[in-house]
Amino acid sequence: MARHRILIVEDSPTMRQLLVFALKRLQGVEVVEAKDGMDGLRKVTSDHFDLALVDINMPVMDGLKLIHLIRDEESLKAMPIVVITTEGADEDRARALALGADEYLTKPVQANRVLAVVKGLLKLA
Amino acid sequence: MSQRDGDLFERASEFLAMFRRGAEFTRELVEENARLRRKLLELETRQNDAAQDPKEWDLLREELVTRIQGLESEHQDALDRLRSLEEENRQFAQRYLEIEEENNGLANLYVASYQLHSTLDLPEVLRIVVEIVINLIGAEVLCVYALDERNFMLSPVAAEGRERAKFPNVALGAGLVGVSVARGEIVTRDAFAELGPDEPLVSIPLRVGERSIGAIALFSLLVQKEKFTGLDHELFALLGGHAATAILAAQLHGQSERKLNTMQGLIELLTK
Repeated sequence: MARHRILIVEDSPTMRQLLVFALKRLQGVEVVEAKDGMDGLRKVTSDHFDLALVDINMPVMDGLKLIHLIRDEESLKAMPIVVITTEGADEDRARALALGADEYLTKPVQANRVLAVVKGLLKLA
Repeated sequence: MSQRDGDLFERASEFLAMFRRGAEFTRELVEENARLRRKLLELETRQNDAAQDPKEWDLLREELVTRIQGLESEHQDALDRLRSLEEENRQFAQRYLEIEEENNGLANLYVASYQLHSTLDLPEVLRIVVEIVINLIGAEVLCVYALDERNFMLSPVAAEGRERAKFPNVALGAGLVGVSVARGEIVTRDAFAELGPDEPLVSIPLRVGERSIGAIALFSLLVQKEKFTGLDHELFALLGGHAATAILAAQLHGQSERKLNTMQGLIELLTK
């Protein structure tokens, strides 16, 4: 049985598959995928998740808007959010962290870096 | 016998058992004490004898020196073993990191290949190619060219970071992209320093067997991407082959679908 549930909000199927691949290496983790910000919001508000990996540039609703809405929701204030994006400028990082993201990773991202961040935030051994 | 008497009897039995265990333990202690006393006496006697007899003393000293040497040698062996274990450990850690990196690389290559062959829809294949180049390699501006074999011109069919129309057509053999397609080789700007700054950083020819069908040109990298890695070069090679196959398969599939529709239309017209 899964002890931790992770939501991946990412419009690129390639990135989603790569992240699922990486996260499957963690024991007791269940991964759910969302293809854009709106899909992510629907899933995160209707189900329980322990952590969310969020892209910034997405159709329908971008990642920054999604983070803002998640942090507005009382029950989701403590859920760790990791941004994984192509936007590498300092101001993008600062904006995402100011909105409530816990970590900010830039693409191309290495699977072991994602795993280390996720393990740290979920306090996994 | 009443309930109370029964309880008392049970508690008395428990106490007796506990007492017996205590007595047994005490007996064992007394025995051990006696054994140690005997051993001490034995050693004292031997030491006294040795103190009185120089021969015996030498023998004892020799025995002790041999024992010390043995222990020192054991100590040295243990230290050597520890050092070798530490070295082995370091090598394992290094190997683990290498395997981990290889694993990540293989995952990237697998995902890229899987995605490229997941559809026969040409726009979708081109979108996946662009997505791989952005997300897995870290390109900011790129263009995918298709080769027109009738006039040997390469024309842009997909782009990112800049409008597709802003990428000019390229003649086969001209510029970095044209050269890479004509030679069928991945060409980087470093190798062609004389070419202008508008030339891409790298051009990957798209080839199916010996046939070139186009190229992927990377013009700039994301701000956080400093240089190409070994994995990037493996992805270039994978894209050169797999993206070409996927694009060609999608083109042929599109053509056959169009032909099928035309033929069906013709048959319907003739049979009406």
